[in-house]
Amino acid sequence: MTLQKENLSVSVSPHIYDKQTTGGIMRDVLIALIPAALASFYFFGMRAFLVILVSILGCLLSEWIFQKIVKKPSSLLDGSAVLTGVLLAFCLPSSIPLYMVFIGAGVSIIIGKMVFGGLGHNIFNPALVGRAVLLASWPQAMTTWPAANNIFLGMYDTVAGATPLAGIKLGQYTATYWDLFIGRTGGSLGETCAVALLIGGVYLILRKVISIAIPLTYIGSVYLLSSFLGIDPVYSILSGGLFLGAFFMATDYVTSPMTSGGKLIFGLGCGLLTVMIRKFGGYPEGVCYAILFMNGLVPLIERYTQPKVFGVKNK
Amino acid sequence: MFGLKTFKGGVHPKGKKNISQDIPIKEMPLTGEIIIPLSQHAGAPAEPLVKKGDKVLKGQKIGDKDGFITASVHASTSGEVTDVKYSIHPLGSKVLSVFIRPDGKDEWCGLQKISSLDEITPEGIISKIREAGLVGLGGAAFPTHVKLSPPKDKKIDTLIINAVECEPYLTADYRLMLEEKEKIILGIKALLKALKIEKAYFAIESNKPEAIGSMSDAIKGEDTIKLLVMETKYPQGSEKQLIEALTKKQVPVGKLPLDVGVVVQNVGTAKAVADAVFEGRPLVERIVTVTGSNIKDPANLKVRIGTKISDVIDFCGGPIEEMVKVILGGPMMGIAAPSIDVPVIKGTSGILLMKKKEIIFADPGPCIRCGRCLAVCPMGLAPGRFMESAEVKDYDRAMEDNIMNCMECGSCSYVCPSRRPMVHWIKTAKSQIQRQLKKKAE
Repeated sequence: MTLQKENLSVSVSPHIYDKQTTGGIMRDVLIALIPAALASFYFFGMRAFLVILVSILGCLLSEWIFQKIVKKPSSLLDGSAVLTGVLLAFCLPSSIPLYMVFIGAGVSIIIGKMVFGGLGHNIFNPALVGRAVLLASWPQAMTTWPAANNIFLGMYDTVAGATPLAGIKLGQYTATYWDLFIGRTGGSLGETCAVALLIGGVYLILRKVISIAIPLTYIGSVYLLSSFLGIDPVYSILSGGLFLGAFFMATDYVTSPMTSGGKLIFGLGCGLLTVMIRKFGGYPEGVCYAILFMNGLVPLIERYTQPKVFGVKNK
Repeated sequence: MFGLKTFKGGVHPKGKKNISQDIPIKEMPLTGEIIIPLSQHAGAPAEPLVKKGDKVLKGQKIGDKDGFITASVHASTSGEVTDVKYSIHPLGSKVLSVFIRPDGKDEWCGLQKISSLDEITPEGIISKIREAGLVGLGGAAFPTHVKLSPPKDKKIDTLIINAVECEPYLTADYRLMLEEKEKIILGIKALLKALKIEKAYFAIESNKPEAIGSMSDAIKGEDTIKLLVMETKYPQGSEKQLIEALTKKQVPVGKLPLDVGVVVQNVGTAKAVADAVFEGRPLVERIVTVTGSNIKDPANLKVRIGTKISDVIDFCGGPIEEMVKVILGGPMMGIAAPSIDVPVIKGTSGILLMKKKEIIFADPGPCIRCGRCLAVCPMGLAPGRFMESAEVKDYDRAMEDNIMNCMECGSCSYVCPSRRPMVHWIKTAKSQIQRQLKKKAE
């Protein structure tokens, strides 16, 4: 090969990169959600599959339409819309009418993400924005829980039942720890199976996609505050959407603090608010609103947890 | 890994040193034209001492300037000056350069030798180093005599020899430690005498066991020099990070190592100090690692300053496939050469040719606020915030976020999953800020 003299690329350093890409991160999170998705098919059947499918399609379609209207390049392939679709579906009951799922998906993407400027610019977790709007619009459909129902695990009642959290409010512990752990309870389709979510969460931590800081402080503070308030702490952390929220929602990069100190405060705040809403609020579950509220505090938290600049003396 | 000295933050790129680490240093023969830029160092450019048609000898001073922060330059072979004109510099801009047509004799000018440090005063050592045109050979090319002449009110107590070579691919310092350990020790002793101190730390990364063995062997019996093994992490060889890891002292923002009583010199510089002080040899050659997947015969070459990059690549068998990028230095902080007609200069530690498939042409996506840049920044900065400020040209905010404290190590760009060109934006913002500050001062 003779030496050619021209056309050398002159980009600025560095000239090598770490393997991890945004697409790779999204893929990892989707992989981490597979166990919980399988559990939802198992416990809630075909309906769960349909809700997830419609939610994903709704998210992709609304992102595509929005970007057509505002004449921006398409970002469908970055995986974030698919992820929002899965997460939204996970916090809906499997019996919800599919048109509501579709509307929720549109709200998640358009109100939750695109109007802020797309991926990376939104303040609130898009999936939770969608869920919050659905809950306010159709409270009945959003709180009718088909009980987990699977012939392989022995029959359970097929009529709609209260969730374990609603039970706590009445002072009733209706499910066993084991039921809660494997997900044999009523609830949103992706939130009931704690073990599946835990597997996914550990996968994300091992892959270094998320740090352990937020899940640990979130679940830890729910545990401690629950026991302080006289609620069975194990029951408290295993029920409701806590694991889904702690591993997959509160850890959303865009809407959580980047600083390591900020992550601790964020997780702690989510935990305290979740227990407060569960105990004193109007709803049995507080994960969604706790995270949304803390999302709004992120700029403030980051401001006070900036890393110490090298060579600057502490004042 | 536990227990080794290191700093906070940093990244772990693949070392890739195996390509060239076991290849002994070879001398690159004289080839064609020699081009010697008069500015190869941090500070004021030298002024030419020769003109077209002059005959020069190897080691003859051809450029110098009165003043403190500058360095002299020397002819790297004997021959005739064919021109003194502006020519493209490896860093991209045009710089006044001396063109020499070698006569092939490679004839040295007279050199003043000494055989023992007892024959020379500390001031004598510094003046010899100044005369030899020595600059830091780690890459930044800061004039060595300046570092050795602290202001009267600064008390220096520690010399750190930086043999970390944390850039992937580069093995020039590594080979030097295996092949020239006695000279390195002589150089360190000369540096200690020049600084009038008796404590030197010799810092090597843990991934170079043979160099650690070789140097601890050479240091045996020298109670002024202490060898310390560092964790293998980029940018372990950064001056401020190295000082903190070894002495627990942080160089304050905007200050120099001598403000905390430390002088850091690269190991290659220490060897060059020995050449300058004992043999009177000016800096006319250096070790260059020629490496990467796209070079036929990787090598560690002793190259005359001023040799064209194209000649070096040719000597190493040429590229395997079409060259897309030629990196001068390592892959983390090295500069993509604007052309292969530029010469090797005092700061050229490596020539790196990667195959096309290894070169990533970044297609930046939006920041997803993953926080990786924040976690790896060795200076404790928030590169993602600079990026935002730089994009909207809010330089005041970038200043508030301490952008000027960034050393451009590239760790943030390296880890960014959206492949955002942080360093590119930071460099742009820094030069804009400097321009504004200059304007204000006028």
